[in-house]
Amino acid sequence: METVIAAGQAVLLVLCAPLLQGMIKKIKALCQGRRGFGILQPYRDLHRLFIKDMVVARSASWIFHAAPYIVFASTVAAALFVPVIINRGGALGLGDIIVIVYTLALGKFFTALAGLDTGTAFGGEGSSREMTVGLLVEPMMMLAVFTAAVAAGSTNVALISVPKSFFLSPANVLAFVAFYIAVIAETGRIPVDNPDTHLELTMIHEGMILEYSGRYLALIEWSHWIKQILLLTLAADLFFPYGIAAGAEGIVFASGAWILKMLLLGTALALTESSRVKLRFFKLPALLGGAFVLSLLSLVTFIVMGK
Amino acid sequence: MTWEGYTVGALISPLSVLVIFLAGISASIVLPGRLVRYSYGLFALGAAVASVLTFGNGLSFDIRLPVSIFFSMHFSAGGLGSFFCLVLSVIALSVSIYSIGYTADMDRPRIQAVLFSLFIISMYAVFLSADVLTFLISWEVMSLVSYFLVTARIEDDDSHRTGLIYAVMTHTGTAAIITSFLMMAAAAGSLEFDAVRSVLSEQSPLFRSMVFVFAFAGFGTKAGIVPLHVWLPEAHPAAPSNASALMSGVMIKSGIYGILFVAVDLLGADTAWWGWAVLVVGAVSSILGILYALMEKDIKRLLAYSSVENIGIILLAIGSGMLFSSYGMPGLAALAIAAGLYHTINHALFKGLLFMGSGTVIQTVGTKNIEAMGGLIRRMPLTAFFFLTGSVAICALPPFNGFVSEWLIFQSLVLGIKTPVVGSKVMMIVSGAALAMTGAVAAACFVKAFGISFLGLPRSLSAEKAEEAPAPMLAGMAVPAVLCLVLGVMPGIVLDRIADTGLPVVDGIREVAASSLSLTAIVRTPGGFSALSMPVLFLALAGSVAVLLITLRVIIGRAEVRKADVWDCGIGAVTPRMQYTATAFTKPIRVIFDRLYRARRDIRISYRVPPFFVEKLTYHSEITPIFEKWLYRPIIRAVGFIARRIQLLQSGSLHLYLGYVLGTLIILLLVWGR
Repeated sequence: METVIAAGQAVLLVLCAPLLQGMIKKIKALCQGRRGFGILQPYRDLHRLFIKDMVVARSASWIFHAAPYIVFASTVAAALFVPVIINRGGALGLGDIIVIVYTLALGKFFTALAGLDTGTAFGGEGSSREMTVGLLVEPMMMLAVFTAAVAAGSTNVALISVPKSFFLSPANVLAFVAFYIAVIAETGRIPVDNPDTHLELTMIHEGMILEYSGRYLALIEWSHWIKQILLLTLAADLFFPYGIAAGAEGIVFASGAWILKMLLLGTALALTESSRVKLRFFKLPALLGGAFVLSLLSLVTFIVMGK
Repeated sequence: MTWEGYTVGALISPLSVLVIFLAGISASIVLPGRLVRYSYGLFALGAAVASVLTFGNGLSFDIRLPVSIFFSMHFSAGGLGSFFCLVLSVIALSVSIYSIGYTADMDRPRIQAVLFSLFIISMYAVFLSADVLTFLISWEVMSLVSYFLVTARIEDDDSHRTGLIYAVMTHTGTAAIITSFLMMAAAAGSLEFDAVRSVLSEQSPLFRSMVFVFAFAGFGTKAGIVPLHVWLPEAHPAAPSNASALMSGVMIKSGIYGILFVAVDLLGADTAWWGWAVLVVGAVSSILGILYALMEKDIKRLLAYSSVENIGIILLAIGSGMLFSSYGMPGLAALAIAAGLYHTINHALFKGLLFMGSGTVIQTVGTKNIEAMGGLIRRMPLTAFFFLTGSVAICALPPFNGFVSEWLIFQSLVLGIKTPVVGSKVMMIVSGAALAMTGAVAAACFVKAFGISFLGLPRSLSAEKAEEAPAPMLAGMAVPAVLCLVLGVMPGIVLDRIADTGLPVVDGIREVAASSLSLTAIVRTPGGFSALSMPVLFLALAGSVAVLLITLRVIIGRAEVRKADVWDCGIGAVTPRMQYTATAFTKPIRVIFDRLYRARRDIRISYRVPPFFVEKLTYHSEITPIFEKWLYRPIIRAVGFIARRIQLLQSGSLHLYLGYVLGTLIILLLVWGR
């Protein structure tokens, strides 16, 4: 039963990921005074890419071919551990937050390798920048997560995602802001990265995957969107777990609550992206370092104030 | 030869290991030149027997070898030492197999084979020593043999300089260890560790802290903690790669063994500030180690700095264990120390593997510089696969072994919230963030190490002509590569061995390891804090790949693939020189952490027609080694200054020297002769 629920929620994340992406794009378009695509456009994009043939660089090794599958599979595997609508309390040893973060990191590792594989300068540039951003994000994201974990007395997401008074405390708000900045960086959005660019001076994630086409590109884009909805769900789970059902009953309300949270967080991402400019790459340490200070404050606040 | 309370049978098996090793040494001396390398087969056999013995916990003896009429060497097996013997046996097994095929850097195969086996034997002796004198002798033999391994190879000034740095550092460390051990022995009035253990708790806090400080500094030098790490990136690259694999895989762990043995086993880890010291040193070593590793282009120096990082990670675990222990929380202390021991065996496996992999590449490409490699994955697919396995494991990515130990260490650090002091709560959790950063930098470092050397286009002619390694080398690398996965998916194997060590604080570990061999095995941390099921994680990953492949095949069918050149912005041809280099890859990090690196760059341009037609551009960039420059150089200068002053005493006249002797004698008689 646990397995079925876990698999079902992972499938839900996988299927809804393009929808959230479409919605964010639509809101961004509206903010920019455009009509934009329909919110189902990402599904059409995926379909188009999946049925297309692939062009693969002559210099590519098996790493290039394996990376899209590893990236997709690791993202889905991470999704298996995240409570979305139903929270069964983390049986089977599932749901540890460190497991989720490191399983996602497996995908990032192979994307970066794939960027170096074909021997193009754009790929190397993207990999280099991605890993640089990664090492700035990782400590502050984990520190924010640890604050939530010590407050709940567990690093298991299922046990953290239980409503309690902590969620309106200063520590929680600070940790949430830090985690939100981490989500922006991890999903490659402005002000850290620009998801819509193919200009070599600015691209990070797009640079790494420049050589991909067809099915592989579909897999990589899709897993990027899954990672986005996964991280937003995680943000909701860790810092605002109200409405999650503890079992089959209350599932309708819980679904509504989750959809509402995704709408809110997705809108927030879109508005952040529309209202900010992309930072110069070497200004990022200031932003991400600032977020680290927020996480640290959050932790100290929690330990000193006890909430 | 005497043994107390043990049957002869218990001694036969360990002695058989020794006999096999001695047979191997004789073989390496008498065999004709071409066949010398097969003596490594005997070393592999001996290590295999030792692996089986130590894994099955069949090594249990207590033996005194009378060396002279004055003293006998006392060895005993069981406990902490046996766990390290297991680590040593497994690495010695794989490296010995590897060495059968390894020819690069083997200028003097006969001597190197003998040194290699003596090195292994001396490490066994260190881990099995049961009294102070035996330990110090074994320790010194280990240091000397490894010194000869470092310098045996080449005869240029550089290797002498390296040898000198290694000898000075290791002997400074040994001096500190001797001080610590003699203090203990003097207090106990006995050289036996058992006697020392029972009297140490009665000593004054100051005395005990001094014992700890000397032991930590001495063993820390061997382990390679910052700032005592400077010998590591010099000595590891100078030694032949099979010796580096042993040095980095096992020898530096003897420092970890020593710290655990003295601080936890003998002293009982009951003083909070010791734990603080170890924790802080661990955090600093892990972050600085990996940041320096990232900047290296020499593959072996990169791996050496990465060893500094991993020693730091192990010390994070041990430090938090000591803190828990000092606050009277044995369950949590057990968790943390088990995590540290787990990372010890993991690091031995993947660092041994990576050093062997680097040796394979060096043997065929003929350089240690990764900027001259590239594209090796096509010419050496199996070596590439093994190196990739090691890289993924060392970056603590699931489902490999590095992830399990780092998960346990994360748990220990976050559980620091249970300590009674605000400072240690904050410090331990912030150390968790440091560990997270270390992991991210390690990922960048090994994306670079693997990506630049094995992926892309060949960056040199020799890389273009590289060839796959001979079978023994591949077999030697396969052993740790397989174990990296096995120990990742089935953590119970290691946790059971750790429980066998019987350290007082590790008593609680059996709960952690409960039901660990089944497929649904779950590692639980104390107090229901969290749980990890590696088989489930492995199945989740493998299952996702399988479902994905099947779904794609069924719904869409095979994809048509067309081969084409990479996107070149219309230039016409992408050459290997247009690829990102290792230097370029790490440039953003060099800029961001400039306060640490203090990079200097030197660009020289010569023009054909200035300023438009560039003929040649040389770019040279290097980082400032801050410890060497601002810590060691002043010390060296001071030592030189004092030495020149002392020179005044040395006139060269024999009469004067005899006068010194006489004077000393008179003073001694006056002081003690009453």
